[in-house]
Amino acid sequence: MTQTRSDTESDSPEQTSTGMRLIVPLQGIVHGRGGLILGSLIPCAMFYFLQFYLKRHRSPPSEKPPPPPPSPSNSAANVAELPRTLSRSSLSLRGSAGHAHVSSRADSIARAGDSPYYVGLDRVLEDRYDELNNPNGIIQLGLSENTLSLDLIEEWLSKNLSDSILGGGLSISGIATYQPFDGLMELKVAMAGFMSRVMGRTVSFNPSQIVLTSGATPAVEILCFCLADHGNALLVPTPYYPGFDRDIRWRTGVELIPVHCRSSDNFSLSITALDQAYNHARKRGQKVRGVLITNPSNPVGNILTRETLCSLLDFAREKNIHIICDEVFAGSTFGNEEFVSMAEILDSEDSDKDRVHIIYGLSKDFSLPGFRIGVVYSSNENVLAASKRLTRFSSVSAPTQRLLIAMLSDTRFVEEYLQTNRKRIRTIHSLFVAGLKQLGIECIKSTGGLFCWVDMSRLIRPYSEKGELELWDKLLNKAKINATPGLACHCIEPGWFRCCFTTLREKDIPVVIERIRKVVETCKTI
Amino acid sequence: MALMLRNQEHFLSKIATNNGHGEDSPYFDGWKAYDSDPYHHTKNPKGVIQMGLAENQLSFDLIQDWIMNNPRASICTAEGADDFKDIAIYQDYHGLPEFRNAIAKFMGKVRGDMATFDPDRIVMSGGATGAHETMVFCLADPGDAFLVPTPYYAGFDRDLRWRTGAQLVPVICDSSNNFTVTRDALEAAYTKAQEAKIKVKGLLITNPSNPLGTILDRETLKSIVRFTDEKNIHLVSDEIYAATVFKRPSFISIAEILEEQDMEGINRDLMHIVYSLSKDMGFPGFRIGILYSYNDAVVSCARKMSSFGLVSTQTQHLIASMLSDDHFVDKFIIESKHRLAKRHGVFTKGLEQVGIGSLESNAGLFFWMDLRRLLSEATVEAEMALWRIIIKEVKLNVSPGSSFHCSEPGWFRVCFANMDDETMRVALRRIKTFVLQTKGGQEASAKKQCRRQRLQVSLSFRRMEDIMMTPHLIMTPHSPICSSPLVRART
Repeated sequence: MTQTRSDTESDSPEQTSTGMRLIVPLQGIVHGRGGLILGSLIPCAMFYFLQFYLKRHRSPPSEKPPPPPPSPSNSAANVAELPRTLSRSSLSLRGSAGHAHVSSRADSIARAGDSPYYVGLDRVLEDRYDELNNPNGIIQLGLSENTLSLDLIEEWLSKNLSDSILGGGLSISGIATYQPFDGLMELKVAMAGFMSRVMGRTVSFNPSQIVLTSGATPAVEILCFCLADHGNALLVPTPYYPGFDRDIRWRTGVELIPVHCRSSDNFSLSITALDQAYNHARKRGQKVRGVLITNPSNPVGNILTRETLCSLLDFAREKNIHIICDEVFAGSTFGNEEFVSMAEILDSEDSDKDRVHIIYGLSKDFSLPGFRIGVVYSSNENVLAASKRLTRFSSVSAPTQRLLIAMLSDTRFVEEYLQTNRKRIRTIHSLFVAGLKQLGIECIKSTGGLFCWVDMSRLIRPYSEKGELELWDKLLNKAKINATPGLACHCIEPGWFRCCFTTLREKDIPVVIERIRKVVETCKTI
Repeated sequence: MALMLRNQEHFLSKIATNNGHGEDSPYFDGWKAYDSDPYHHTKNPKGVIQMGLAENQLSFDLIQDWIMNNPRASICTAEGADDFKDIAIYQDYHGLPEFRNAIAKFMGKVRGDMATFDPDRIVMSGGATGAHETMVFCLADPGDAFLVPTPYYAGFDRDLRWRTGAQLVPVICDSSNNFTVTRDALEAAYTKAQEAKIKVKGLLITNPSNPLGTILDRETLKSIVRFTDEKNIHLVSDEIYAATVFKRPSFISIAEILEEQDMEGINRDLMHIVYSLSKDMGFPGFRIGILYSYNDAVVSCARKMSSFGLVSTQTQHLIASMLSDDHFVDKFIIESKHRLAKRHGVFTKGLEQVGIGSLESNAGLFFWMDLRRLLSEATVEAEMALWRIIIKEVKLNVSPGSSFHCSEPGWFRVCFANMDDETMRVALRRIKTFVLQTKGGQEASAKKQCRRQRLQVSLSFRRMEDIMMTPHLIMTPHSPICSSPLVRART
């Protein structure tokens, strides 16, 4: 019953086979020495011009998918999917017009339409909801941030002022001067302790295996630079965090191969699917360097079981590839399931320690996205050495390091924060999910993350990407709600939306539900 | 470790396993020597003094006073805590508007208000290091090249090339004209690149120059701008030392040049500036890098890339407050220059007394010391040999010119702003002693020296230093001189 996005995918083999159908007879027609060359050149030229024509007549990127690019994953969310030949031709055109040419990376980001993920975020910036000052503004449900427990941190600050950047006998010269690029050891120690607490104290983290970066975004990029060369690929289960498309692929040139998960399995990871994707990639000549998973998963919010993690490790070992495990939401769990870190699985499997790498950060679990603290954690000495050198481009600011050393070392505060935060997330989650249920909208049962994965497939007409985008548009412009559509996350089934609820207060929920209700009514009348 | 690396070569990427980080160069021996034996007044008075790090520590007290007197600026205080929530949550890669405004204003002030900067063109990055790399990512594809006048900051080899895949083509400058960047040198480098089928995408200048400490005059700047405009290549001006210009002539930024009448036809899409607060204000630990571009596509692209190196909002907030305090900023700029001038004067005059010259400079946190006369021969090997002596015996970590790709051996960069007055005196004393001892050795005959040396082999250099401290002592052939291998090699 569930359709997939394969309709557009099938165009790709169509076009190449058309090409072949032209070349062979032409080679037959044009005999002689030049036959083979001309017979290949002419159809290639025709193919080239066809692409050019299509590109010229392409509709605005945010609405429709671009012309079939070489890679199999194919949705409007692709940021830089123009075939290489096309971008080069456009560059030379610009050159002849006297334009200053920038790099093809800059060019691609400028010309590619932004994914609805980024478009939505921008719209909220222009017209943000405020109860008093802008009651008709857009309510942000598209950014996974958590403001539920900021008051706890504020309170800590007011009680512990002696640990401000210049308190405690520390002079400015201790802070302002060059520090080790991968972070102060004291902060690494504090962070290792924090991570251990976050993950239930069932695993301990070694401070010397930590490299600090200015946020999880550079942490992920640095790992990719270390583990894969330009043109290599990573397998990523879908749906996945829309930011990966830019963060991972852009400057590294590493490809992301989606491994589709389905609602029938609750969108959980299937090793069989991973295996199939790996084999397909090999047949295409694409080198897979690793698997990238997010646990708890974003956008679905489920937690990977111990068995799944072990199977994943077996798979990685068999193929001799890496595992990058993004655990930024580890502290934002609210169900009864235990969270198991990849590091814990490793404890018992020493031989694989070189292939497992963990990403962490304080943006989600500790509500401090502005401060920019991320972690690369690995037992692979070479990866650590390389990451330490690479993080010079993205180090944590020294005053922030000082502040965090003080904060994270206060273990009593940390425990209290983590517990209270979890309770608050659980409360809001229940209210939000219940509210949606009243409208007849179901969510995937999830126990982690700052969002829920909402099934609006029955509200979209047609049951396709197009229908989903239309609903997204209605939600954004009529209901004034910014939710992230599944296509931005490469979800294979249309109609799913990610809604982040941790910036809402209890009193905001009825407002949100009411707005969604109006859109639901209009969908039902169609 | 090496064995593991070999096994892992195929398991990890090329970037992780190649030498792009540049840390295997002999240049790092100096750092290693310092790390293993750092100087300290009381705990390790015979240790290595760090003179290879261009850090500005001279005006910390001014900053400290300001922070103490302005608790609102720091969110970790009772007065500032109100702002905490908004600051902690803010992750927009545009950066806090007040931060950008403050930076734009500061950049203008530092350039004597001869140019104004648009806050909307200001993009953050992880320090100047991050700014340079981002700039190259935005302007060049792998394989493309940037022209860079020599001598240049050693870090460029890594920052501009490692992950970007770009190349650097040196524009040779030499002491015959005080290392000025000439049109001829630029043309020669450009032609050479073209012959080697290397695509030149831009020219990177550092103004004020690192390691020279000089600034580019108006005519040279205009000539450079015309050159890049003609060739339709980008011009990136690294101006991170702009506020360290401590005596006349005043600093001229390309921002100012672009405002001039005869520069109206210049294509602004080719103009970019890299800035940072690490040198001018002495905040390298804060990691505040700035890209400023006149090209909208570059601003847009760089801004998206800034997610990889955003400045912590806590820091943004603090800096925004600090730099909005006009009175403080004006006072700071003047006082900082004054202290730099003084320190620079003490060193250069002190060295002149022992016959050591340096390139005439008026900016930077270092000076370009001329030790060509102490070289046994004008080669890189001789320079490295001399440098090793300076590290091991004189116990100063200075940077040899070859690490800056200088075409003439014998020049050394000496940083003077990262130490207190006492350390400075010790450093100066050591240099003077070394120079005198080397010159004294040159005067005596080799054979006499060798014989004497066998008798006095136990006398250490340090003892020599103590003796030399008393000014009335003069050098005689009979004084206990430890003959350096350099001297032996000469005669």
